[in-house]
Amino acid sequence: MSEGHHDQHHNHQHHPELSYWRKYIFSVDHKTIGIQYALTALVFLFLGFCLMMMMRWQLAYPGKAMPVIGNLFGEGNMPGGVMLPEFYNALGAMHGTIMVFLGVVPMVVGGFGNYIMPLQIGAPDMSFPKINMASYWSFFLGGVVMLASFFVPGGAANSGWTSYAPLSVIATQGQTYWLLGMVFLITSSLLGSVNFIVTIIQLRAKGLEFFRLPFFVWAQFVTAFLLLLAFPPLEAAAVLQLMDRLAGTSFFMPEGLVVSGIPQAYVGGGSPLLWQHLFWFLAHPEVYVLILPGMGIVAEVIANNTRKPLWGYRPMVYSLIFLGFMSFVVWAHHMFMTGMGTKISAFFATTTMIISIPSVIILTALVISLYRGCIRFNVPMLFALAFLPMFAIGGLTGLPLGLPAADIHLHDTYYVIGHFHYVVAPGTIFAIFAGIYHWYPKVTGRTMNSALGKIHFFLSFVFINAVFMPMFFQGMAGVSRRLYDQTMYAHGDAVQSLTRMSSWGAWMLGLSQLPFILNFFMSLVAGKKVNQNPWEATTLEWAAPSPPPHGNFATVPVVYRGPYEYSVPGIRGDYFPQHVAAEA
Amino acid sequence: MSVAVLPYTVKPHPVTGVYSGKLGTWLFLASEVMLFGALFSSYVLLRVGAPATGPAAWPSHAETELSWKIGGFNTLVLIISSVTMVMAWASLKMNDLAKARKFLGMTVGLALVFIIVKLLLEYIPKFQAHHTPSHSNFFALYFTLTGLHALHILGGVIVITYFIFPGSSLWKKDPEYYTNRIECTGLYWHFVDLVWIFLFPVLYLM
Repeated sequence: MSEGHHDQHHNHQHHPELSYWRKYIFSVDHKTIGIQYALTALVFLFLGFCLMMMMRWQLAYPGKAMPVIGNLFGEGNMPGGVMLPEFYNALGAMHGTIMVFLGVVPMVVGGFGNYIMPLQIGAPDMSFPKINMASYWSFFLGGVVMLASFFVPGGAANSGWTSYAPLSVIATQGQTYWLLGMVFLITSSLLGSVNFIVTIIQLRAKGLEFFRLPFFVWAQFVTAFLLLLAFPPLEAAAVLQLMDRLAGTSFFMPEGLVVSGIPQAYVGGGSPLLWQHLFWFLAHPEVYVLILPGMGIVAEVIANNTRKPLWGYRPMVYSLIFLGFMSFVVWAHHMFMTGMGTKISAFFATTTMIISIPSVIILTALVISLYRGCIRFNVPMLFALAFLPMFAIGGLTGLPLGLPAADIHLHDTYYVIGHFHYVVAPGTIFAIFAGIYHWYPKVTGRTMNSALGKIHFFLSFVFINAVFMPMFFQGMAGVSRRLYDQTMYAHGDAVQSLTRMSSWGAWMLGLSQLPFILNFFMSLVAGKKVNQNPWEATTLEWAAPSPPPHGNFATVPVVYRGPYEYSVPGIRGDYFPQHVAAEA
Repeated sequence: MSVAVLPYTVKPHPVTGVYSGKLGTWLFLASEVMLFGALFSSYVLLRVGAPATGPAAWPSHAETELSWKIGGFNTLVLIISSVTMVMAWASLKMNDLAKARKFLGMTVGLALVFIIVKLLLEYIPKFQAHHTPSHSNFFALYFTLTGLHALHILGGVIVITYFIFPGSSLWKKDPEYYTNRIECTGLYWHFVDLVWIFLFPVLYLM
């Protein structure tokens, strides 16, 4: 404890000496870094969304000039305002890349994880503050490289976010930037994940045993292991693809490859399947990196707003750990159509069915947690509640994709797009919104406007379903996911009205974010000032001042009980914070 | 800054028994295992899947012209450098900074011997014989794997050199902290050696 006091003392001494640059730009404080991550990620999420809104124009009205902004993108991309197929492909590839690697993961791990996790475990900072800073700046550089790729000859990477070889190896220069950008992003996540794991193991407050950790911290812990162990194979794959592109090797190039009638100068002997294995070895655990922290946020918000403990906290934690392990042995269910063999397909179909069980346990526990709760329908809770059915739709529609027989029909159609967007968009993105509304008072000391928040929620909820629900039907009609113009096929033309519905849904969804953006900035100055625990919550982050100073806690907290002791019989008030000693 | 006053930066955690830096180093090495594991897996897959004849066929031992004598010499060099690395740490434990710096210097010297042998006796002659990465998948893997490993060696050289010269000022302020850092550097160094112990038979002997 004396160490902690010393820490406080030390920080107060040195605080005024920090220059503007050290305090706000090259800061080593986990809270500043968390805010940097979150703001950067929000900008990237918005950018990725804009790319998609442009694609939706081409899909809804193929070959028509885009109104108003169509002429801004140059003759090389959109002559006369009509999108070229190459540009469409670049937008698609970069939408996926930006949303996954520069938007959602930095938001839920870099943003929420960095800011909230050390507070929830009662730590003064992360274990390695300087590495934490390096992690953010590496991420930032990766983002810059990705954005720069839009301006190189041939445009940004256009081989899909999966960068399948051999297409990606013979693609334009933008692909090289994509690979270099990924190397920075992988470095960033490596530095971050080591820091998260060490911090959670070493810096928990006194009395904070593992089974007293908030579910959010558990989610970050498992996520960090996934990032630590799943990303290096993609780094290896990126190095191999760079070699293929720059040194003329043939890691992913088969013998005798002919493209558009021109024999390629590769010696061959490589395997395009190898890229897919290495890529999905990362990218399937990555799916859980996208969803687990979202589940963590939702669990926090639900426990707080039902005013009762989470139902089945321990089974939820065990499920989380099991999910983490299993996510490493399901990757080839993305590859049933590659002809890798029925025996291998059977193995991966089986593991895929098994991994659905722990997800269902977590979701069921969250639903049962609502039962006989005294629910407060505030804005974070609305988003958390919407998360449950939306994630359920996303999860359940995944089951047919996990079975090879059904997957043959649905593979690479809009059904797949609908499925994983239900998990990530109304799933994780709603969890992100829940988290922003929930922790905004902690970060800024003010609450966000509730009326604007509710408008934001209800409009988003309606329109996000208008975007993704039609995709299931399009997919079952056989519309392929990467088509530039589906009306050129009779089966695509027949469901073009659904495409238009999706597009209008997306644009309206974009407009629905205006109340949020307004609210986000207005509340910085006009929001109601709050004390350190406005939601009457039990976990440790609410024991620190709002916003917490450098070093976080006025007195080093000691933990006496589990994370969600709400409505404990015999206790005055309906919540019993983790750091409050029992009334004698 | 608050870096030095975080708990368990220098002293081990009473429950886990390690200080944070050591735990972090082990986790970093776990991710390195996955990195090289993916590359070794690629080696296996490409070798098994190589066509039996034609330009893309897997070259026989004689065709690769890799000398097990040079490879074996370099293996020996790295093993000795691991020993000197441990000696440096042991010297610090016995409170002898001067001796530790001498052993660290020897480690750097051996690492440079490894790099120079690799460059002059292997890489350059290979390029002169047109055995470039684009020649065949064997050489593509050979250059990628050994190149990545050499980059790790260079990284180690930079870190150890830092600890011999400017980094050693930490010894005066906090000898235990400095010793810990050498221990973590050593863990990394042994790992890099271990990668070579796998690379040598895979590329030169099998």
